[in-house]
Amino acid sequence: MGRSLKKGPFVDEKLFIKVNKQIDSGARDPIKTWARRCTIIPEFVGFTFMVHNGKMFHKVFVTEDMVGHKLGEFSPTRTFKGHSSKKIK
Amino acid sequence: MPRITGVDIPNEKKIWISLTYIPGIGKYTSAQILKEAKIETDVKANKLTEDELSRITQIIDRNYIVGGQLRRQVSQNIARLREIACYRGLRHRRGLPVRGQCTQSNARTRKGPRKTVAGKKSVKETR
Repeated sequence: MGRSLKKGPFVDEKLFIKVNKQIDSGARDPIKTWARRCTIIPEFVGFTFMVHNGKMFHKVFVTEDMVGHKLGEFSPTRTFKGHSSKKIK
Repeated sequence: MPRITGVDIPNEKKIWISLTYIPGIGKYTSAQILKEAKIETDVKANKLTEDELSRITQIIDRNYIVGGQLRRQVSQNIARLREIACYRGLRHRRGLPVRGQCTQSNARTRKGPRKTVAGKKSVKETR
């Protein structure tokens, strides 16, 4: 279900400030963040984020194709290691 | 038999219905097209004049993505999701449901035929 256009995309303010600071200073350090709900906006392209998945931080390098997705989509929260091939009794 | 947009040859039905034989055009779009072309929906497809056919073709070419082009676009969209490794892309790679459905049971459309695991305790055995 889409979000109302009136509101515009949701961008985490603190994260946005951090990105802007890096744009000003020209630095491209990975930004640690918990803001999985934050939409990736064109300004984020070329940055690396460390996106929390509840346990650890996933390195996410933002490319142009990712614009419009949320940061959380790139940091999976579940691990599935596959079923065991033979059940041990 | 009339030909619309290349290979598609809708048969001797009402054009409203025969237009839906083109991939990417359903009943709603079909009605919209005919409304714009000012053609009755109930005319049989083989009774259409050349002029009417070209009008329909023109409208489809201008406003709608149809047939092979549509198929290509869909697979491109999926390829994009796969490539950027987002959650939906990962689900596509795995062949699991993409839109948050449950997978403990069912989800057979995506997962394909059942793969029975040997040695797994069934309900009968536990009784």
